[in-house]
Parts: sequence; C-alpha cells; structure tokens
Amino acid sequence: MRPLAAIFARDLALLMPGGGRGGSLLALLFFLAVAMLYPFAVGPQPDLLARTGGGVIWIAALLAAILPLDRLLAPDLENGLFDQWALRGIAEEAIVAVRLLAHWLSFGPPLMLAALPASALLGIDGRTLRLVELGLLAGTPGLAAIGLIIAALTVGLRAGAALSGLLLIPLAVPLLIFGAGSLSTGGASGLALTAAISLLLVAIAPFAGGAAIRAAREG
Amino acid sequence: MEACRLVATDLACRRGERLLFRGVSLRLGAGSALQVTGANGIGKSSLLRILAGLLRPFAGEVTRQGSVALLDERPALDEHRPLGQALKFWTRIDAGEGAPLALMGLAELGEVPVRYLSTGQRKRAAIARMMGQQAPIWLLDEPLNGLDSAAAAWFEGLVEQHCQRGGIAIIASHQKFALAGLASLPLSQFQAARVE
Repeated sequence: MRPLAAIFARDLALLMPGGGRGGSLLALLFFLAVAMLYPFAVGPQPDLLARTGGGVIWIAALLAAILPLDRLLAPDLENGLFDQWALRGIAEEAIVAVRLLAHWLSFGPPLMLAALPASALLGIDGRTLRLVELGLLAGTPGLAAIGLIIAALTVGLRAGAALSGLLLIPLAVPLLIFGAGSLSTGGASGLALTAAISLLLVAIAPFAGGAAIRAAREG
Repeated sequence: MEACRLVATDLACRRGERLLFRGVSLRLGAGSALQVTGANGIGKSSLLRILAGLLRPFAGEVTRQGSVALLDERPALDEHRPLGQALKFWTRIDAGEGAPLALMGLAELGEVPVRYLSTGQRKRAAIARMMGQQAPIWLLDEPLNGLDSAAAAWFEGLVEQHCQRGGIAIIASHQKFALAGLASLPLSQFQAARVE
C-alpha cells in the first residue's frame, strides 16, 4: 500500500488544476468558454437558454473530458516510470486505479464547481441546476474512466491525441443520454442509470487500462 | 545484500518481422558481471528488457532470484519537478533512505527541475534513483552515455563495489567498460536469419 500512497500523492499533485501537467485547468476553462459562447450563438432569449442550458453543460463537460487525455498516461510511459513500477512488482491495474481516482478528483469536483458560474451564464433555474449537479456527480466518474481507458489504449500511438477525442464521444453517449435525459424527465431513474453506467466503467477501467499498458510496453 | 541469481536459457527475441537473436543462454550468480556487446540495433536493449521481465521472449525462459534495477536512457523522473522531489518520490516507493546526492555531485541541484538538467546530470540522477532501490541485480543499458570521463570512472568503481558486495551487473554497451572480471557476451554470435 505504501508505494500506491506515494503514487497517488504524486498523481494528484500532477493532475490538479495548477499541478505540473495543468491539463485539468485547461479543461475547466474550456468548459466555461463553451457555456459562455452558447448564448452568443443562439441569442439571449432567457426561456430558450433556460430550456437548453442543462444540455449544453453536459456537452461542454463531455468535450472538456477529452482535453486532458493525452497527458494522462503517455508521459509516464515515455519516461520509463511504468517500467520502473513493473520492476518493483506494482501491478498496472493498481496504478491505473489510483490514477483514475486522482484524475476524477482533478476533473469531477472542479467541473461541478464550474457548473455554478456556467449555469448563471445560461440562466438555468435552481431545480435544473440541482439535476445538472447530481448528474455530473453520477456521470463524471464514468467520463473519467472512459478517458483513462482511451488514454491507455492510445498510449503508444502517434496520433493518439486526435484519436482519443473521436473514441471518447461514442463511448460517452450512454452517460449523456441518461445524464442529460434526467433533466427533461426530472426523475431519479435517469440519475440512477447514469450512476450505474459510471460504476460499471469504473470497475472495468483498471483492468482494461492495465492490459493496454502492458500491450503498449511489448510493442 | 539479498541472495541473487539470474539464469536465462535459450532466449530468442523477435521484434516485428525480425528475429534479432536466438539461443542466448546465461547463468550469473552473486558477484558476477557481464557485458553484452554488439553493434547498434542488434538487440542489446531488448535482451536487457527480457532479462528484466519487461518484454516477453519469443522463445526461452528467464529465472530471476532477487529484485531487479534497470538503468536506461529514460531517467523515470518527473520532468517539471525539482530533482530532490522527483528522487524523493522513488525513495518513498522503495521505502529506503535514498542515495546520497552529494556522492554524485547532485547536492546543489536539488531545487532544479529535472528538465533543466544536462544529459550527464540526468544520467547521474538516474543512477541515484537506481542505487536507492537497493536491488541486487543491476541491468545497465549504455550506462556511460552522457557521463564525462571522471563520472564514467566513478560509475565503473560503483559497479565494482556492487559486485564485490554480492550483486549482479549486466552491462549492455558497445563502449569499453573497465571492470575486473567482466565477462563478455558478443550478441553478434547469436544473430539469427530473417523470419520467412
């Protein structure tokens, strides 16, 4: 457990906004920029913005999830860190699980925080905001897990960064359907399904990611 | 130092369509050192990675007793972090005391981010990381690359001490490595024909 605690502390310091890789800060700014641009594009009618705003926040969150992917695992593989961990008998699965937690912490809660100013920009009412926040709480772990799986699968590819964006979008569709869908139905069932999908993805991610990293090392 | 042994039998390595070498066997016990020699691209690094367990051999098997440390061209230190912190990360993982930085001329570089270090300083930092691991088996891939002649002599002395204390060292290098009792394994003898 001690090595994993050290790895978790390092990952968190790297990934948090303002950390060494700074990727999640960019994602947050991108998220806010989308929320800011939307009223310019569709016009400032309050009823239209309030009706569609929740969905826009979901799309912005999904697109923002793409940004940190190419810095999530690739630098550590290139720099030989994964080899050194393997020599010490630390399983790739454990490293990916730790990385998933650190990635979500650097991405999920800050995104939920950024959704507050975004909802103000879009003029969303309190009830919708509550559903958006709960939906993001249920959905961002799944988004983080998809992102990590894709980062692991594309880690050895030269065009990995461009490819990961294309791969994430279709995989995130179920999360989007149930997460954003709960806004119109207003029910807890959409949120529960989003959380269930997230849970499944979080459970798969360490194994899929670990296998992908081992395959990349052989390549 | 913990007991160590490294035995490889009939190793073959295939990279893509090419069979790099086959029939490589070696047996190393405590205190022995071996230099793997050969031209660029002959498979020295691949052999080291197979011995480390990072690459699956195309044929043959490796038995290791004792933990393995690998030193290659990648320092495995976070680029933007100060050297002291980057090394401390490995000290925490290895649960050791870490290597004495003053010994490697790194003492005054503790606050300098790794990305600003020169090639030789990086190499010395990587050596510090490896020493902190306290592993009995050292796999050294071109260890003298980037080191000046004084640092190279110092490192050769370090490997000699390691072997005297009962460690194993395997050096993959086309350069001369000065070490008493260093056996040699010319990889060109095991070069294989193309796989059809």
